[in-house]
Order: sequence, then structure tokens, then C-alpha cells
Amino acid sequence: MVEEALKIELGKQGVFVTTIEELYNWGRRNSVWPMQFGLACCAIEMIATTMARYDLARFGAEVFRPSPRQADMMIISGTVTKKMAPQVVRLYNQMAEPKYVIAMGACAISGGPFKQGYNVLKGIDRYIPVDVHIPGCPPRPEALIEAFMMLQKKISGQHLTGADRPRHLDAAQQGEFPVPVQGAHDLEPTSNKGVWTVPVVIQ
Amino acid sequence: MKTVEETKAAIEAAVPGARVEIVSNPSVSAQHSLLIAPGDALAVAKFLHDDAELALDFLSNATGVDWPDKEIAEKVKVTRTVVKTVEGVEQSVEETVEETRKRIEPGYLEAVYHLYSVAKKQGPVVIRLRTVNRSDQVELPSLTAVWRSAEFQEREIFDLYGIVFTGHPDLRRLLMWDGFKDHPMRRDYVEPDDFEYEPTAHDEVLARAVAHRNRDQRSEVRVQEDGATL
Amino acid sequence: MSSSAIDNSTSPERQDGWNRPPIIQPDGEGELLEVAMGPHHPSTHGVFRMDVALDGERVIRLKPVFGYLHRNHEKIAEGASYLAAMPYTDRLDYFCSLSNNWAYALSVEKLTGQEVPERAEYLRVILAELTRIQNHASAIGFLMQEMGASGTPLMYAFREREKILDLFEALTGSRMMCNYMRFGGCRVDASAAWLDTARKVVAGLPSFVDEIDRLLSSNEILMARCQGVGILRADLAVNAGISGPMLRATGVNYDIRKVDHYGIYDRFKFRIPLGEVGDIYDRYMVRMLEMRESITILEQALKEIPGGPIMDPKAKSRGFRPKPGEAYGRIEAPKGELGFYLISDGSGNPYRYRVRPPSLINLTVLEDMCLGVNVADVVLIFGSVDIVLGEVDR
Repeated sequence: MVEEALKIELGKQGVFVTTIEELYNWGRRNSVWPMQFGLACCAIEMIATTMARYDLARFGAEVFRPSPRQADMMIISGTVTKKMAPQVVRLYNQMAEPKYVIAMGACAISGGPFKQGYNVLKGIDRYIPVDVHIPGCPPRPEALIEAFMMLQKKISGQHLTGADRPRHLDAAQQGEFPVPVQGAHDLEPTSNKGVWTVPVVIQ
Repeated sequence: MKTVEETKAAIEAAVPGARVEIVSNPSVSAQHSLLIAPGDALAVAKFLHDDAELALDFLSNATGVDWPDKEIAEKVKVTRTVVKTVEGVEQSVEETVEETRKRIEPGYLEAVYHLYSVAKKQGPVVIRLRTVNRSDQVELPSLTAVWRSAEFQEREIFDLYGIVFTGHPDLRRLLMWDGFKDHPMRRDYVEPDDFEYEPTAHDEVLARAVAHRNRDQRSEVRVQEDGATL
Repeated sequence: MSSSAIDNSTSPERQDGWNRPPIIQPDGEGELLEVAMGPHHPSTHGVFRMDVALDGERVIRLKPVFGYLHRNHEKIAEGASYLAAMPYTDRLDYFCSLSNNWAYALSVEKLTGQEVPERAEYLRVILAELTRIQNHASAIGFLMQEMGASGTPLMYAFREREKILDLFEALTGSRMMCNYMRFGGCRVDASAAWLDTARKVVAGLPSFVDEIDRLLSSNEILMARCQGVGILRADLAVNAGISGPMLRATGVNYDIRKVDHYGIYDRFKFRIPLGEVGDIYDRYMVRMLEMRESITILEQALKEIPGGPIMDPKAKSRGFRPKPGEAYGRIEAPKGELGFYLISDGSGNPYRYRVRPPSLINLTVLEDMCLGVNVADVVLIFGSVDIVLGEVDR
């Protein structure tokens, strides 16, 4: 390992010393391209974050790709209804690894203010794994930027080897997430047991 | 702008034999409505649309309402002949007793239409159609032929309440998926048990959360061939 | 997708009637290409699906599919108190939360007969017209985005929108979900400093509208793509329940602010822009001119706003139980006629709570306007209707 002071000194001479892991993660975290996927009101705050005042582009989210094949991240902004849930899971499956999910807003985390609805999915993390949750209804654009930076920190903390390496480097973990089916009264299954369990109940 | 009584008179004059009643609205808004028998609805609607004075060419709002069966408990005075012993002698005496009788007033589904006139800038005229009951006789005529704006709104009433509109050009569910079996806006709809209200729960919400947790832990984890778990 | 989803069958009920969509015959031989545009689509303003059947580039059949954002607002409101439903109205048309609040408060005030003090009425008008300006600017911006202008007009629109949202946040506490109107008035009074800032913002708005106008209205691409496309006839529009700028673009002079005389709109001098042809360009121009008229109303209202209370003194904040009865109240929201139908049974929860969604009903004629045109124009026609899915699906 090279010391920090030596690194800086070498950097002044035009020699850049790093590890492959750092370089790899640096490249990945500074060009996370989100998928253009807005569901409801949070989508408007997401659009406002990309506009002139808050400008998410300076963090690397330069273009919002409409196609899931070309996107790195999906921002679930808005309520996921049971009618829409199979499509969301299908889109997630279509994204290429490495892929990340930000659940933006109370509705995407747990159903939000519409939690009692018969057509509302109580949180998208019932079917797909979520990396960052942003509370708020809707969260301010600054909160979305903070979540983005948190995701960037998470990416820089991922290791290339070892037991805790990310999903796209671990052959045992890869696979498609099962798409729920719209049944007669509800979605079937109601949740993906491998991804989500009922939260701890404090009695 | 005609009052609701004048409108009723005009309808009865133009569509002979039409059964129209006034449903009074006790609130401050004083938007009284006209209850029209389903058999006459289409003819009355055409009259309201074509009439030169009313000119109700704009259907603003069409919605459904669910009035479930009501159990009414009434106190009834019943006179009965009873054999009683009076001063040692058995006699037939008439007795008046108060009994509580319960009866069920059948419910119905209702479609309410709010009509305005763009040409004359007046309104609203409110008309109501009621089905016979809530279970098997739930048909009403569709007014889409008179006002196109009823097309999606009647589909929504069919989806959420279950009223079948005969003569509708394309009666399918609007908001829920096609395979959905219930009519969610009815008062007796039971929502699917798919969530627990809140993490810091109490009383019945806590009981439900505990039940969900137990159900979850008891379920086995099935493993697919490629290693992903279900 | 079932085959009945886009079946334009030739049953007698389908064809008869002057207000039914036309039947388009395909040109050549071969199969029709069936495409599902949505629910995930860059240009559908949210989660909305159109099942189209194409003959080459021409649209032969089009059926919209709704419900991807159906959040059960009406059922939730039946279980909640009248006041608890107010924050949910914010989330209907999430661009224009203050207009939604006003429509609901107006309906409840119709039901109960509550009086609104003058200052509250002025504040309502000021906020509603600010909402209208930022909504029309965003609508134009999104329309341009779908035309391929890649976000530049949208950036201009959102730049002004941010200034207006700053005002909302300073007064109500939230940028978008304002939850500000109450039954009988408003929640929080506006300070003199807020009114001064509002005057400054409004003073800067005419130059913004001029800028957008200069940039877009005589743009060659805009005119070529929008003029003569998506024509809607006035009689069909009225019969289909169309309201708002889409109705006025067909030439029908019907603005609920002038017809119903709600609030204190009678005190302000403003004109109603009308279109001639009813195509996309007319709708765009009607929105542009309505922005100018809103600025006029704002200038008058900000000058004349009196002091005084902002809440009906007899209004109860707890235990609100309107007497049994029903009421239908409506306002001219930026998208069209937004109405609330309430049935009260005397308890604290509404017995029936119904939102009359302008966006859903404006989509009734989407099929009529889009049949026979190229699929690229479908996106533009849909964008010119200016819908918000939160309102369509509730």
C-alpha cells in the first residue's frame, strides 16, 4: 500500500497511483446513468433535479436512458401499483448488471400515504432489492442528490473479490427476479421471500 | 334556468309515461336531483340533450354510489289474544305488546349524472338511475349514445361498482386489470390481507402484524435450479 | 393482452352515432403491427399505455389503457375524515396541488354553506393563477420535449417554475404538496414580505412569456408538426365532456371562472383566449395566451388584496360533521373542469367522495384525434391534451 502523502507527491509529478478496485469503482460511480422511469409525483421532483437549478448531471447522471438495457440505475419515483408491479420487475430484469435501485419517496418504500389502497403495492422492495431509500413525500431535489451521493459511496465501497462482492461479480447470486402475476384479487405471490421479509414487530 | 320542478314537468310533457321523481337535497347546495326509471332513461336523456330551452349538451360527471341493504329495527304494537287467569277465572284477554321487528330494506346501486349546458351556460341538472338490487339485477341503460363523455365514466362505474350498462360500446374494466374479480368501491369489499399497517403497531393492527410475521416464518424457502430463491 | 383490447369491431353499437370514432381502413395488405406504447414510455407523461395497431406508420386502431397509477384515492377518502382527504387532493394533479385543494374546499363549502373571508379569496386566486402559469409553462415544455427539442424549452419553463415553487414553499411549507386550503379559508396568512416577493416574481413573468413566445411560436418545426394535426371538432368536444384549454382551442367560449362566478373572479378583468381550428398549435397558443391573462389577474389581485382574517370564524377545526346532503363543486383547474362530488351522511367521513378528473375525460377523444395519423403524431397529440396520470387514475 502506498501512503497518502507519497500519492499526492507523485500526483504532482503526473504519476497517478491507485488500485484496480479503486479505478473500477471510480469509473462506475461517476457515470451512473439512470433509467427514465417516473411513476408519479416524485417523478416531477426527479425531473426538477435534472433541471437547471439542481442539476443532477454534474454528478455523472448525464443522460436518462429510456431503454433499460442501457441504464445502470432505476429510480422508482412514485407509487407502484399492483397493476404496474409486474412491469417494474420485468424492467428490472431487463437491465444489465451492475444495476442499482433507488426507492424515491414514501410510496416506493412502503406504499406511503396510499398504504391502505387495494391496488397499491406496499413498497417495491417486496420484489426487487433496493439500494437506497429516500423518505419524503415528495423528497426535495437535494434529498435525491444526497441519495445519489450515498449510492456513489456504496459503489466505491464495493470490493472486487471476497464474500461480500456485488451481485454482478458473483455467479452464484445472479438470476432473474420472478415476475408477479395479477390474480383474481391480488398479486401472486404477494412478495418475494428471498428479497423481503416482514419487518420486525415490536410488542 | 328552470327549477327542478319545472324540469320534471317538461320531461313529463315531452316523454309521456316517463317515471320521474324529485330527490330532495337537504344540504345548503340545494342541488336537487331527478330520479328516473331505467326504462325511460334513454328517452329522457335524449330530450334533455335536444331540448331548446334546457340544451344540456355537456355531461360533466357520471359516478356510482353504493347503498347497501339496511337492517331496520321497528317497534310495532301487536295486539294478541291471550288466555289469562283473572280472579281465578280463565278468560281470553286482548293484550297489546310492543315488539321489535327487524326487516331488511334492500339496497341498490345508483348512477348519478351531472349535466350542464355549454350553449346556455347553465346547470347543473342532476339525474339518478337506480338498479333493482345489488346482486343479480344490476343493469342500467348506457347514456353514451347521448353524451360521449359517459364512455369512460360508465366503464369506471362498471369496474368499481359492478353496474352493467347495456348498450355501452365497449364495456370493460377501466382501472383494475382484466382478471380482477371484485368491485372495489362497494361498501362490503374486503381488501386483500397483504400488509401490516405500521412497524410500531398496537391492538388489532399489531395482531395482524404478528400473524403476518408468523405466517412468513413458517413458510418454507424454495430454491430454484439456478440458485435464485423464491 | 387480450384481443378485445384493441378490437374495433363492426357491431352496430360501435358504428352508429355521430359521436363515435371513425373507422379507418388499412391501405395495403398484410398484417397490422400491434404495438403497446407504454406503460413505460419516455413520452407518456407517466405510466399510461396505448395499444395501437399500425398499418406501416398509420394508426388504424388505438385503445388507451388506464389504471397503472390507480391509488384508490376515493376509497381512502371514504375511510378518512373530510380534512384528512385534503392532502390526498394534492396528489391528484401533482403539478397543480393548490387548484385541487381549492376545488375540494369549494365543494365542501357548497355542502355546508361556509363563508370565506375576502383576504382568503384573494389569496386563493393568487395561488391558483400562479399554479396555472407554472402548469401551462411545464405543459408547453413537455410538449416541446416530445417534439424532439431535447429539454431546452423545458429547462426554461422549469427555471420559472422554481421561482414560483419558492413562493409556494415560503407560504405553505412545501414546494409541491401544499395542502393549503381549508374549509372556510386558508391555513396560513401571507406576510407583507411574501406579497412583495410575489409582486417581484410576477413582474418578471411577462418577459419570460415573451421569451418563450419568441423562441417557439414561429418556429418552423413547431408550426409544421402542430398546425393541422390532431384537429378536434367543437361539437364533438362538448359532447365528449372536454374542458379547459382543449375545449377553448376548438372555439367554444366556456371558462368556468366566467360561467360559475366562483370565488371573486368577477372582480378581475381578463379575457378568454379561444382557438379557431382545434389543432395542437391552437392548444399551444391558448395555453400561451392564458399565461398572459393569468399575469393580468395576478397583477390586479396583488394590488387589491385587503387585510383581514383568512379563515371563517365559525369554522370548526375539530369534529367537522356536515349535515346530510350532497354537493357538486367545480373549478377551472389548469387542466380543465375539476369537480368534487360529495355525499354526506352526517358523520365525520364522507359517504361518497368522487373526483371528476379533467384529464381522464379529455382523453375520451384521444382515439378520434389519433386515428389515421402517423404514429409520431400520436405522441404530440397526446402531449397536447396535457394530462397528469395522478388525476386520470386517482
